[in-house]
Amino acid sequence: MLKKIIFQFLTLSLIFTYSAQSAESGGMPQLNPEFWISQIFWLVLTFGLLFIILSKFILPKISNNLETRKSQILENIETADKQREETEKKVKEFDKIINDKKIEAKNFFNSERQKVLDDINNKRLSLEKDIEKEIIKAEEEIDQLKKTSQEKVTKIAIETSSDLVKQLIGEDINKSSLSAIVEDLSKKEMEKHNGI
Amino acid sequence: MAANPMYQFNVYRIGPEIKINNIDISFTNASLFMVISSLAILIIFNLGTKRSIIPNKIQLLAELSYSFISKMISDTAGSKAKPYFSFIFSLFMFVLFCNMFGMIPYSFTVTSHIIVTFVLAAFIFIGVTIIGFIKHGLGYLKLFVPSGVPMVLLPLIVVIEIISYLSRPISLSVRLFANMMAGHTMMKVFGGFVVSLGIVGGWLPLGFSVALTGLEILVAFLQAYVFAILTCIYLNDALNLHH
Repeated sequence: MLKKIIFQFLTLSLIFTYSAQSAESGGMPQLNPEFWISQIFWLVLTFGLLFIILSKFILPKISNNLETRKSQILENIETADKQREETEKKVKEFDKIINDKKIEAKNFFNSERQKVLDDINNKRLSLEKDIEKEIIKAEEEIDQLKKTSQEKVTKIAIETSSDLVKQLIGEDINKSSLSAIVEDLSKKEMEKHNGI
Repeated sequence: MAANPMYQFNVYRIGPEIKINNIDISFTNASLFMVISSLAILIIFNLGTKRSIIPNKIQLLAELSYSFISKMISDTAGSKAKPYFSFIFSLFMFVLFCNMFGMIPYSFTVTSHIIVTFVLAAFIFIGVTIIGFIKHGLGYLKLFVPSGVPMVLLPLIVVIEIISYLSRPISLSVRLFANMMAGHTMMKVFGGFVVSLGIVGGWLPLGFSVALTGLEILVAFLQAYVFAILTCIYLNDALNLHH
């Protein structure tokens, strides 16, 4: 502040000395009262009008604008908050639904798999049973076939051998002795065949 | 003539002489610049009243000035000073625009005349005093009696307080007037040096002149601000009697 005062004093003294040096100067025009009244009149007029127009028309509009902007911003923030909460809720609901569905899907998958597995097992079991039955049947058949075939083979062998003997010798031989020989031979063959 | 640094403060009549009851109220160059400043303020701030949520540049300027002065008033004089907002706003803008128009070369600085600043300051002084007496009645006189002062010193303090109170309009007006006049005169003096020293030695004062122009623009804003803020402080004294 002191610096400013000194500065002003220096400049003022500079002005005064300078204006004193310039010959035609009549000092400061500010101190010439010729137009004082005019200046006051025009100052009151212009400043008064400025004040009235600003305070009645312009400043209320500006303050209104500022106010509405403020309230609008607050409103917008409020709605944004509300919407954010809503979205959070929705997201939670969505997550829950997804989780539920996942669990449901898992359960469904598991149960279906179990069902399918059971079905497969059942079918396999029944199939195995059937196969066993078939095997037993086939074995029985084979056994029977084996028996009959042996009898038949021995019968054929006896017949052919008796025929052969007949043709060779021209005489019938006792069938019982022949069959004994064939049986003995076929037994030997069978043993050889079976590798005993 | 033009070399005289005080010549720029001359007031002269523009147009015919207007007289009412032998009182000369002719339109002068000072009146012209008062009208120009007021019109500029009105045009700029009227352009700034467009109703849009996202403001354009002029609207932003108007709204920033509004909130700047509103904040200044509420900081210095409190919420009670709200009704005087438009007056202080007009005052600040008027002084600022007069100062700034004065920075244009060959223009006239309205606020460099003591009579103009004194009328403004006297109006503020009288207004503030009236507001003080309306708000507090005779209790407003307590302003001159600070609390916590020993009885012996009281007569002296009261006298000093009264003198300081009465010198408010003078200090307020002379501060603005002297700042504006000194700045403009100095710029003119340095400008004169540039011309008289010519192309050889004129560069230094030219540099000074450029620097001074920047300084003067700062001072133009600062003095308008100081004028407005001192008005707020005086208003604060009248509205909230703290003493």
